[in-house]
Amino acid sequence: MEQKENIIELRHITKTFEDGFHAVSDFNLEVKRGEFVTFLGPSGCGKTTTLRMIAGFDIPTEGEILLNGKPITKLPPNKRPINTVFQRYALFPHMNIFENIAFGLKQKKVPDHVIEKKVKKVLELVDLEGFEKRRVSTLSGGQQQRVAIARAVVNEPEILLLDEPLGALDLKMRKEMQLELKAMHKELGITFIYVTHDQEEALTMSDKIVVMSEGKTQQIGTPEDIYNEPKNAFVADFIGESNIFNGIMTGRLKARFCGGEFACVDDVEEGTHITAVVRPEDVILTAPEDGTIRGVVTSVIFKGMHYEIAVESGKNEMVVQSVKAAKPGELVGMKVDPDNIHIMIAEDHTNIFAVEINKSHRLEYNGTVLDTSLTKIIRGSRRSEDGTLLDAAGEEIDPRRIRVIAAIGPGDIKLTDHQDEGLVQGYISNLIYKGDHYSYVIHTDMGQDFVVNDEYLWNMDDQVGLIMPVEKMTFSVKR
Amino acid sequence: MKKVWKAVIIVFVLLFLYLPILVLAVYSFTDATQLGAIRGFSMHNYVTLFTTPELRNMILGTVALAFSSAVLASVLGTAGAIGAFYSGKKTSSAITAMNQVPVVNADVVTGFSICILLVVVLGVSKDTFIPLIVGHVTLCAPFVFLSVTPRLKQMDASIYEAALDLGATPAEALRKVVIPQIFPGIVSGFALAVTLSLDDYFVATYTKPATFDTISTYVVNATKGAQTTIKTALWALSTVIFLVVILLVVLMNLRAGSKENSERAGV
Repeated sequence: MEQKENIIELRHITKTFEDGFHAVSDFNLEVKRGEFVTFLGPSGCGKTTTLRMIAGFDIPTEGEILLNGKPITKLPPNKRPINTVFQRYALFPHMNIFENIAFGLKQKKVPDHVIEKKVKKVLELVDLEGFEKRRVSTLSGGQQQRVAIARAVVNEPEILLLDEPLGALDLKMRKEMQLELKAMHKELGITFIYVTHDQEEALTMSDKIVVMSEGKTQQIGTPEDIYNEPKNAFVADFIGESNIFNGIMTGRLKARFCGGEFACVDDVEEGTHITAVVRPEDVILTAPEDGTIRGVVTSVIFKGMHYEIAVESGKNEMVVQSVKAAKPGELVGMKVDPDNIHIMIAEDHTNIFAVEINKSHRLEYNGTVLDTSLTKIIRGSRRSEDGTLLDAAGEEIDPRRIRVIAAIGPGDIKLTDHQDEGLVQGYISNLIYKGDHYSYVIHTDMGQDFVVNDEYLWNMDDQVGLIMPVEKMTFSVKR
Repeated sequence: MKKVWKAVIIVFVLLFLYLPILVLAVYSFTDATQLGAIRGFSMHNYVTLFTTPELRNMILGTVALAFSSAVLASVLGTAGAIGAFYSGKKTSSAITAMNQVPVVNADVVTGFSICILLVVVLGVSKDTFIPLIVGHVTLCAPFVFLSVTPRLKQMDASIYEAALDLGATPAEALRKVVIPQIFPGIVSGFALAVTLSLDDYFVATYTKPATFDTISTYVVNATKGAQTTIKTALWALSTVIFLVVILLVVLMNLRAGSKENSERAGV
C-alpha cells in the first residue's frame, strides 16, 4: 500500500468526566487518509467518548488532536470538516428529507441550484431517489439510516464518523448495510471512523481495528492481525471465541498448557510463562490415544453450521467446533496444528485458578474450605439466616450459575516438604534461576501449573505442598 | 331507565357549569339595571362597553399587558427549560425544583413580595409599569417552563449536536432545530401565560400604577361602586370574554384534530 499522510492524529488523549470517571486514558492513534478505522470494544470502553472528542462534542482533559497536522483539540464541532452519523440517526423531524440533507450545505451558503444537484446525487448514492418531499416519520429505520448517512456525506467531510449506526437495525438489514457502507467508503474515498461493539461488523468492514477496553487501547491492527495474533487475553477473548490457557514454554517451540505439551511456531524462550490461545475451530478431535491431550465431552450444542462441543480435560475446559457430533460422556483426544496455537508472553505470572462454592455456600479448593467472606466477593450479596447466599435483589444465588476465580502471585506461595500443609500438592516440573530467586513451575495433582518464586533450591520432580494464604488471594466472579 | 338517569346527571352538571354565565349573558341583552324582572331587549350595555373611553382603555390595557408579559414569560420560560434540559442531572433537577415553588406559591405572596422588593427596597416607581410587568412575568414564566419541558423530553436530544455537526453555530442550532421541535409547547405556554395574566387580581393590585386598572381590579372596584351603567356593561364584557374563549377552544380543537388526521394519513 502506498504511503499516505495522516489525516488525523490523537496524541495522549485523556478524558476524565466531572464525577472523576476516566472514560479514556492516554489514547494514541494515527489515521491515514482514506482509511476505514473501527473502534471496537464492549459498552463503556470509551469508544464513543473518543469519537465525540474527534467530532468536537467533548473536549479532552489532556492531549492533542491534530487534523492534517494542525491542532483542533478545542475547535467547536461546527468549525470542523468532520461529519457524524448518529446512533439514533438524529434527523430533524420538522424538515422533509430534502431539507434534512440540505441543512449542512445551506449553513455553508452553497447556492440553491448546486444544493439541489448535490442532494439528488447523494440520494442516488443511498438508493432513495425521489424521497425529497417525504417526511422523516414516514421512513423505515433502514431508510432513516440512509438519510442520516446522506446528510453527513453530502457535505464532503474529510472524515465521516459513524457511531454504531447499524445498532438499531435488524440482522438482515444490518448485514446489507455493512456491505453498502463498505462500498460507499470505496466510492467516496472519505476517511471513515466507525464505532461498534460487534466484532463481526468490525472484522467485515475495517482496514484497521482499534480494540479498546476500559478507556485504553488494547491492540491496533488489521482485522487479520487482530484475529490471528491477538496481543493479549482480552483481545483474544473479545474477538471471536477462544480457549485461553496459562502455560509455560517447556522447550524450543514447545509449550505446555491445558495439561499437555504442544508443538508451536512461536519461538519463545524456555521457561517463559505464556498465555496460549486456541480458536475452537482449530481444535481437532481424535481418538483418545491419538490426541495430545484427552478429555471427556461434557456438552454438545448444534449451531447450524457446526457443533459446539465442550471437553473437560483435567481441570481445564476446551471448547471445540466440529462438523461431526460427539456424545456427552465420550472420551476423546484433542490435537492442534502448531500453526494454530497463538502464544502470548504472559503479562504477569499471577496464578489463576477456579475455586468452588460448596453445598454450604463456602469457597472451597481441593477439598479445603477457604476462610474468606463470599459476600464480599459477590457484589451486593448477603448471607441469609440459614446460610444460603442472597443477591442484591434478595434472591437466592445458585452456586452452579457463578464461577469464582482466585488469583495469587508467585511470590505469595510457599513450598513445603510437608505436603499435607499445602493447599494443593504437586511436583516441580520446571525451574529457572532468576538472579536472586528461583522460579518454579509446579504441576499439581489437580492438573494445573502453578508458578512459585522461592529463594531456596528444590530439585526437579520433587513432590511438594503449596502453602497459599487466603489473605494473599484476590477473587473475582464470572457468571 | 339507566339512560334517563345518565342524561339527567349530565344535564345537571352542564347547568351547574354554564347556567351562571348564561344568566349573565341573557341579562346583558336587556335594559335591566339589576338582576330581576326583565323589561325588554336592549343592546345598550354593549354600546356602553365599546364607547365609554374608560372601559375601552381598561380592556385594551389589560390585553396589552397580558400579551407583553406573556411574550417575556415565554422567552424566559423557554430559555430556562432548554437550559435545564441540556444541563447536568443535578443542575437540571435543581432548576426544575425551584421552578415548582412559584407555581404552588400563593399569588398574594408573589404580588406582595414583588411590591416590597421593587417599590420599597429598590425604589422603582409604580407608575412605570415595571413592577406590574415584572409581577406578571414572574407569575407566568414557570408555567411556560412546565409546558415546554415535556416537549424537550420527547425530542431526540442529539439533534442539537447534529445541527452543530452540520456547521450550525449554537444559536443557529437552537433557532433552526430545537425551537421548531418544541414550538407547540411554547405556544401552549404562551396561551397559558396570556390567560394567567388576564385572570390575575392579586399581583396586579399590589404592583399596578394607581391610575391603571386591569379587568379584574376594575370589576372588583366597580361592583363596590354605585354606577349602574358601568355595572351592567360588565355583564356584556363577561359575555364577550366567554364567547372569545369558546371560539378559541373550538379553533384549537379543530386544529389539533386536523393535524392528527394528516399525521395518520402520512402526508
